[in-house]
Amino acid sequence: MTPILEMEHITKVFPGVKALDDVNLAVYPGTIHALAGENGAGKSTLMNVLSGTYGYGSYEGRILFNGEECKFSNIKDSERKGIVIIHQELALNPYMSIGENMFLGNERGKPFRIDWTETYEKARHFLKTVGLEESPETLVQDIGVGKQQLVEIVKALAKNVKLLILDEPTASLNEDDSQTLLNLLVQFKNEGMTCILITHKLKELEQVADTITIIRDGTVVETLSKEKDSVDEHRIASGMVGRELGDYYPKRTNQKFGEICLEVKNWNVSHPLYRHMKVCDNVSFNLRRGEVVGISGLMGSGRTELAMSIFGKSYGADISGELSINGKSVNLKNVRDAIDNKLAYVTEDRKGQGLVLSNEIRPNITLAKTERIATFGFHLDKDLEISEANAYSKRFGVKSTGIEQIVGNLSGGNQQKVLLAKWMFAEPDILILDEPTRGIDVGAKFEIYTLVNDLISQGKSVLIISSEMPEVLGMCDRIYIMNEGKMIGELTSQEANQEKIMMMILQASKS
Amino acid sequence: MATLAKNILGKYALLIVLLATMIVFEILLPSGVSLFSAHNLNNLIVQNSYVVILAIGMLLCIISGGNIDLAVGSIVILVGAIAGIFIVEWGMNPYLAIILCMIIGTLIGSWQAFWIAYIGIPSFIVTLAGMLTFRGIALIIMGARNIGPFPEEYRNLFNSFLPAHWLNDPSGSAIFVSTLVIGILVSAVIVVTKVVSYVQRQRKGYEVGNIGQEMLYPIIICAAILFLFYQLGHHNGMPAVLLIIGIVFVLYSYFTQNTTWGRHLYAMGGNEKAAKLSGIDTKKILFFAYANNGFLASIAALVVVARFNQASTQAGVGFELDVIAACFIGGASAYGGTGKVGGVVIGAIFMGVLNMGMSLLGADINLQRVINGFVLMAAVTFDIMSKKRRAVA
Repeated sequence: MTPILEMEHITKVFPGVKALDDVNLAVYPGTIHALAGENGAGKSTLMNVLSGTYGYGSYEGRILFNGEECKFSNIKDSERKGIVIIHQELALNPYMSIGENMFLGNERGKPFRIDWTETYEKARHFLKTVGLEESPETLVQDIGVGKQQLVEIVKALAKNVKLLILDEPTASLNEDDSQTLLNLLVQFKNEGMTCILITHKLKELEQVADTITIIRDGTVVETLSKEKDSVDEHRIASGMVGRELGDYYPKRTNQKFGEICLEVKNWNVSHPLYRHMKVCDNVSFNLRRGEVVGISGLMGSGRTELAMSIFGKSYGADISGELSINGKSVNLKNVRDAIDNKLAYVTEDRKGQGLVLSNEIRPNITLAKTERIATFGFHLDKDLEISEANAYSKRFGVKSTGIEQIVGNLSGGNQQKVLLAKWMFAEPDILILDEPTRGIDVGAKFEIYTLVNDLISQGKSVLIISSEMPEVLGMCDRIYIMNEGKMIGELTSQEANQEKIMMMILQASKS
Repeated sequence: MATLAKNILGKYALLIVLLATMIVFEILLPSGVSLFSAHNLNNLIVQNSYVVILAIGMLLCIISGGNIDLAVGSIVILVGAIAGIFIVEWGMNPYLAIILCMIIGTLIGSWQAFWIAYIGIPSFIVTLAGMLTFRGIALIIMGARNIGPFPEEYRNLFNSFLPAHWLNDPSGSAIFVSTLVIGILVSAVIVVTKVVSYVQRQRKGYEVGNIGQEMLYPIIICAAILFLFYQLGHHNGMPAVLLIIGIVFVLYSYFTQNTTWGRHLYAMGGNEKAAKLSGIDTKKILFFAYANNGFLASIAALVVVARFNQASTQAGVGFELDVIAACFIGGASAYGGTGKVGGVVIGAIFMGVLNMGMSLLGADINLQRVINGFVLMAAVTFDIMSKKRRAVA
């Protein structure tokens, strides 16, 4: 059998990062081909190359579809050939009807006169094929997330799809909706459609995939076929992780752990908009003085939400549970309370939520605790601010033209250092670092790890949230594993390895 | 040298454009008519005083995140009408009336601020509603007629000249000298504070720039002030509204640049989420910005009724647009987070110069609108383009 799709020697470079390195992928018609890998392994990049989001010329290599070389310059080109991608975030307009959404950009009739009869007639027909009983005139906002996912698929069907790409389609679905979706995919497969499924849920890999390609750090580790190879979870887990630890984690010396300084018990948080969704489900954990504790897990496992809900209820609704700092039960009503209780949360989203990019380094560093540079509580002592900002900038090794440089013009690593400096200026005892090294180069990473060790030697405690397993393993004394809003395990640094963590995650999503 | 020139051009672009515009008008105007004449400078101040006051209030709203207040013109007419009723119809003590009007203005501002900050209704909607509501209320309580004239005691507070008000000086020489003395005092204060801060920073071992470069701007400003007071001395002296503008200017410059609240306001406009995660109560700050705008609008209203000697049914029409334009021309960003009180004052003066210059040239009022529109577009385009360039660099 000849493959319907062949991607040959695909290499894609972003400034400073090789996202894909000589990737080969062959997909056979009438199969479900799964792509598995950690966050940031390159799955989505590969699919974006295929769909033309990264147009021809921006990558190296060749794409053959039905034996014919394709040079897509945008999504429209690939869709014309019958390749349709459905992204993880649904791209439906909630204020339009199902029918309107289905044919958005692909309207029936003429450009100056839409044929609504045909639109809704066709929509009705397609909806039946996926078992949706809704009227095509229903607004998308009035149906649940599971059904919206089906509408996305129907939308693809309406484009005469030959190769359907689904990027983690069940990530936001509940058990029943997921099962419906998977059954549907199998049904389509039996009718002859080809499908690429990006997933890291073991259940999906076992249940529906015919072939599994495992990607790690931009390269294909191996491709397993259900018929020939023995597909077991160990093999998948070790394929997904297995990244070299390397030497770039500075050692901490003479460590002594003190009392428990942060303890969270039975913590529950609901999604702020969809109150029935529990983002954190009965989570408990603790942190001792002088300790670095990691929370490992995949994206969307609720780690950031957990941290932010603790940090002065800055995320979520219906927050309940017990929080104690230094053995004393506290209720942090807002961020100010949290800062006053010597807590700091260094966000994963430094540009969106961490820094004021249009401002200089100086006011960014002092922002979380302006009272430190104020006399009478309101008058800014600018001379003091300048000397403090200079001191912190120097201590954290921010490379800039000076503290009056606009933060938006700094490199990612230097922005991260400014963000750390800002939170250290607030004089916390407990720091929560959320993805502290995301998007920065190896040298800057090392500097940040060194800074973390400095903080520990000053008797502070650090909680690291990270999707990079080597980082968690290299830096932390103890590791919690979180998945789908629940704490599913706790390992000491001696017990932990990447495979063990990945196995726990895969197994948790299986049940 | 090239970088120095670039530095100066970039930093003082607005001031340079203002000066260039004035010079162009000077060339175009027939001989005998001059923008720099004592009479015209005085008019420039008096005619644009309310724009300056309102623009400073509007600036705080804009800094908070590109929010605007469309209702300022309507707050001006409403507070003006109330002042008219208090002072003219009820014969209330003018000082008491002024205080009451300022309280009422603040309350009106707070009303809008509540919906915007705490209920989360877009500022555009709330202030559009306010624009309609407050003008309507004003016209109802005025019975659709102008209220006036105001007693002299009240008018003198805003319309008189300092120090001429207290001097019995038919020849005018004492007025001239004392006005010039005020100008010299103000300039001296500016230069001395700059020099003292420079020396202090140097002594504490902080990095300081070239003294010549740092003093250039204050010296230009002082020269302008001295010239202005010299000319005003030839007229009637310093108009009282200039003192009001001066106080408002100093107060709000201090607030925005030297207080924690001012700092939080800028941070919120630059990145609201980051500000919230830094423990800043962004709702409270947004509330303050709009409540304060009501307060400053009430002062502008008091100035306006004094100037026209009546609470007019036409008062405040189109003010919001002039004021918003002055802010954006003065360097405030349409997205919030940047803009300085000084810049906005220059923006307001720039608009005033443009209008006066064109009027003196006899340009049609409709042509003036066209030009004002172009200038506003050019200013905002400049702001956005220079940001893009910075982002690329």
